Amino acid sequence: MDELPIRSGDDVVRVRQHVRTAAAASGLSLVDQTKLVTAASELARNTLVYGGGGVARVEAVKSANGRGGIRLQFTDEGPGIPDVDLALTDGWTSGSGLGLGLSGARRLVDEFELISKPGTGTSVTVVKWSRLTSRCWRRRPGTCAGCG
Amino acid sequence: MERVPILKIGPTLFVSIQIDLQDDSVLALQEDLADQLVATGAHGVIIDITAVEIVDSFIGRMLTMIGSISRLFDAETVIVGMRPAVAITLTELGLSLKGVRTALNAEKGLEILNGKS
Repeated sequence: MDELPIRSGDDVVRVRQHVRTAAAASGLSLVDQTKLVTAASELARNTLVYGGGGVARVEAVKSANGRGGIRLQFTDEGPGIPDVDLALTDGWTSGSGLGLGLSGARRLVDEFELISKPGTGTSVTVVKWSRLTSRCWRRRPGTCAGCG
Repeated sequence: MERVPILKIGPTLFVSIQIDLQDDSVLALQEDLADQLVATGAHGVIIDITAVEIVDSFIGRMLTMIGSISRLFDAETVIVGMRPAVAITLTELGLSLKGVRTALNAEKGLEILNGKS
């Protein structure tokens, strides 16, 4: 597992690049890589802007049926989110944005978990799994030559 | 922070984004473009995003705003060269880039600005 600090806009770019490399290595398709990197960009920006900075953790994971994936965790010790359900609503924003960052990021990944307590910070964990390819005859990616 | 260069070619400002965009770079581009529109009186802006790997909600919003700002200076903005994966992701994210025109490539973008299509 890799840990990357998020303290500046440059760090957000570094997180994106790191996630891109890890996603490609885990066998995610180009579209899924792009979705995950975009989600990472939204979440890393939230960590920086609303959480006052924090840490991104990037980890390659494997599902029970052998699918590869990437788990990302963004943690900050900022003010936290008082109403998580509201924050996940399309168009809701506490600042000047469009309010698509958090809700959009959730749509771009397969698993999404947000834990936040006012005063102690926020932690968002997301997972993106690689898809079955049409060449995968065992229907279990990573176990046949069709998956490469 | 890296800055994105703006080229003037005839009545058109041409911007090709070749760096990994961070928020400050996009904000700087917005200001630089507004300055250049005033300084040159250009009637069109082409923003080439062929090399851009992701457009998130912030970058997308800034592109839309660049379109709106350009219009105030009597210039039309065309975004060209969007990657298929970026288009799919943008749509799923819920962004439509309303208010800016898009074209497949710079050549088609120029045709739009020149009124050929």
